[in-house]
Amino acid sequence: MEAVSQARPRGRRWQHALERPGFLASLLISPAVIFIGALVGGPLLLAIYLSFTNATAGSLGGKWVGLENFRREWHNQAFQDAVWHTFVFTVLSQLLVLLVAGMLAHALLKRFRGKWLLRFLILLPWAAPLPLSLMGWTWMFDTTYSILTWTGQHLHLFSKVSPPVWLAQPRLATGSVIAVQAWRIIPFATVIFLAGLASIPKEVDDAAAIDGATGFRKFLSISLPLQLPIATVALLFGIVFTATDMAVVYILTNGGPPPSDATEQITTWAFKTGIESGSLGGGAAISLFLLPILAVVAIGMLVFARRTEVT
Amino acid sequence: MIDSLVRGVREQGPAYLIVGPLAMLLAFPFYVMVITAFKQQRDFYDLQHTPYWFHKHPTLDNARFLFNETPYTHWLRNTVLVGLAVVAITLVIAVPAGYALARLSGRIGQSLGVGIFLTYLVPPTLLFLPLFYVISKLHLQNQLTALVLVYPSFTVPFSIWLLMGFFKTIPQELEDAALVDGASRLKTLTRVVFPISIPGILTVVIFSFSLVLNEFVYAFTFISSSANRTVSTGVYTDLIRGDLPQWGSIMVAALIPSIPLALLYNTFLDRFIAGFTGGAFR
Repeated sequence: MEAVSQARPRGRRWQHALERPGFLASLLISPAVIFIGALVGGPLLLAIYLSFTNATAGSLGGKWVGLENFRREWHNQAFQDAVWHTFVFTVLSQLLVLLVAGMLAHALLKRFRGKWLLRFLILLPWAAPLPLSLMGWTWMFDTTYSILTWTGQHLHLFSKVSPPVWLAQPRLATGSVIAVQAWRIIPFATVIFLAGLASIPKEVDDAAAIDGATGFRKFLSISLPLQLPIATVALLFGIVFTATDMAVVYILTNGGPPPSDATEQITTWAFKTGIESGSLGGGAAISLFLLPILAVVAIGMLVFARRTEVT
Repeated sequence: MIDSLVRGVREQGPAYLIVGPLAMLLAFPFYVMVITAFKQQRDFYDLQHTPYWFHKHPTLDNARFLFNETPYTHWLRNTVLVGLAVVAITLVIAVPAGYALARLSGRIGQSLGVGIFLTYLVPPTLLFLPLFYVISKLHLQNQLTALVLVYPSFTVPFSIWLLMGFFKTIPQELEDAALVDGASRLKTLTRVVFPISIPGILTVVIFSFSLVLNEFVYAFTFISSSANRTVSTGVYTDLIRGDLPQWGSIMVAALIPSIPLALLYNTFLDRFIAGFTGGAFR
């Protein structure tokens, strides 16, 4: 390719420059790099700067206060709770996701009638805009008219006298937001798992069949190891989408229920501090505690990307 | 004949037994939303009868209330405006970059591609405070322009990644042939490469639009007046947090954008997976 472009007669200088792959490539990429630098890199640095100041949402101005914001949050019970809740929320919801998505992907690998419809139904939680589908959940968790409560009572699972109040009891609220978050991520994990499973060559399957490996044995020693890399990617995405997104918790419980605020996350706490209380500096410091999570995920992805490159 | 039927049941039975109930469970909230959307208020506030089906006649009153008594049409219009502007900006920046990254061989291309992708992982919850600061300094609070300015921060990295995957699937030989025929590189791009990438570009359009509809934090932080909201925040702030939630209308409001988007999503899913996993994780 290089030889072809060099063999052609030299035209005007500018046109010649356009023909050089390196030049053209940087011309095509640089707008994106500048754009992302300005909209992601810049704000990220600004977040770090703000976290060292006492800037407020009202006046915007702020004085340098050093590590004060970090020190205060580190010793703040509400913040410590939020970190713990974020951990529980992320781990439990992702375990649920792995379990259900794994089962679904294996079952969906086979051809069967009506698969298109079933796949559509499975995809709905991921395809519908989350802030809107959460309206449905808010209604389903209604204090008085919850369809879940009605069903449970008619199956004699819940008491009629003191029925569960989904979003107002600490443990139930935690369970509810975990379930809804898992519900949201399951379709995504399923399709990624499915792509991983489908990429296992047919020959491997045939060889396994000849060697007499079937069922669970085959799953354990062949499907699972081959699927592990792509399952890891799905999991890493799930962690980011869960630990750093506040829509589910904010809309369903607003970090509540009070007084213990059992579902408060790092994200909702940063929002309350930064916007609702107007302490931009404090909020920025809180949200920066998300960086370690992101760093771990990013390193995981890089390690994974390199591994696929080698093989 | 019977043999094949038995085999069919044996092979497909477990799949149905697993997928069927789980699919119903995952789609259940949407069933509740649809049925509530068409129920009379007296019907869904009635605890004596089953909530799973109509007890009184289905009605369109909820939709009528939504369109006549709430700013819903404003929100829809705002959402479409923001979506179109964001998609346009995204395409202008991401298509050339995605192509160049797919063709840049070696270390630089690979690292740059992964680097851009990693910026997609930086979440709005980390950037909304500094961006709030910037938006306030620029006096763009409560304007749709603020959203148009900020949303490409996540649609661009995401789209570059998807497009990189698509462009890698276009054989290099096709371009080489055009080059040998004497076409310039730019011409090869516009006449050969972009036309065959239209399905990939359409996928990016749909998924960018979907990201815009899914965004909550920025829209919630930057926009303060009811008339300037998008669908994703307007329904929550004005209809749920209002005095008495009109559940029927809220369900209609949630379903109107969700259903077409879900259908499009399903149609383009295979391309999405190919692009999403095709970049570096191949």
